[in-house]
Amino acid sequence: MTPAVGQKATDFTLPDTDGREHSLPEGQPAVVVFTCNHCPYALAWHDRILEAARDYGDVRFFLINPNDAERYPGDSFEAMRERVERDGGWPLPYLHDESQEVARDYGARTTPHVFVLDAEGTVRYAGAPDADHRDPAQNAAWLREALDTVLAGEEPARPETEPVGCSVKWR
Amino acid sequence: MRVELLWWEGCPSYPEAIAEVRALLGEEGLDPDALEPREVETDEQAARERFPGSPTIRIDGEDVVPPTDGAPHSLTCRVYRLRDGRYSATPDPEDVRAAIRRAKENA
Repeated sequence: MTPAVGQKATDFTLPDTDGREHSLPEGQPAVVVFTCNHCPYALAWHDRILEAARDYGDVRFFLINPNDAERYPGDSFEAMRERVERDGGWPLPYLHDESQEVARDYGARTTPHVFVLDAEGTVRYAGAPDADHRDPAQNAAWLREALDTVLAGEEPARPETEPVGCSVKWR
Repeated sequence: MRVELLWWEGCPSYPEAIAEVRALLGEEGLDPDALEPREVETDEQAARERFPGSPTIRIDGEDVVPPTDGAPHSLTCRVYRLRDGRYSATPDPEDVRAAIRRAKENA
């Protein structure tokens, strides 16, 4: 079931590119971003999301690739691993949602699609990282705005935005 | 001069690409309505059209940003690089403009 803003997010257990399994943290805010290797929107926003992960050390970030790798080989687990290795590692785990169940649980529509969860695991923001994938100066402003309010124990003034990106590639 | 824009609905960049190409055609003294947008709907059509992703802009049959050799033909979003290196879902307008000017010179 898709968790609407204000509802509890479903936990998951998914492997990262080193094979380690990850789940939502207990008692700590988290950011879940559905993304992939082949989409220009995901690539354009990627560095901004990594920068936010570096800046918000008290928040657990997860990137999740849910795409069907049979039709889109560039999104295979092997391609994910190669990409992270090529970059010399990322400051957050890149998880493989091979069954696409987690993406369905969250109602992911695009890559990227961002979900901000508070320390109780309740979804407080869902949408795009910021207003323009082509403008790095946007600096993932909507994601950061949501995180700042969640960390302050407040409700984000902008709980939802329209996700922008490539459609999730369902089987 | 024939200007085509092939697009796939799974990639949301095509309205922006269509608007940009029409604006560039106008700026270069050509008819903006001469642009022929064409939807690619199936993998079979993508193969037949040699479609490397959405959007693909061709002028007199030549891609304004030629894809790399061996790029697969499928229903996907195309990754472009702007002239400053940023990733983009649409080509750099100056690359499109340069292709229009080349085609005008060759006409």
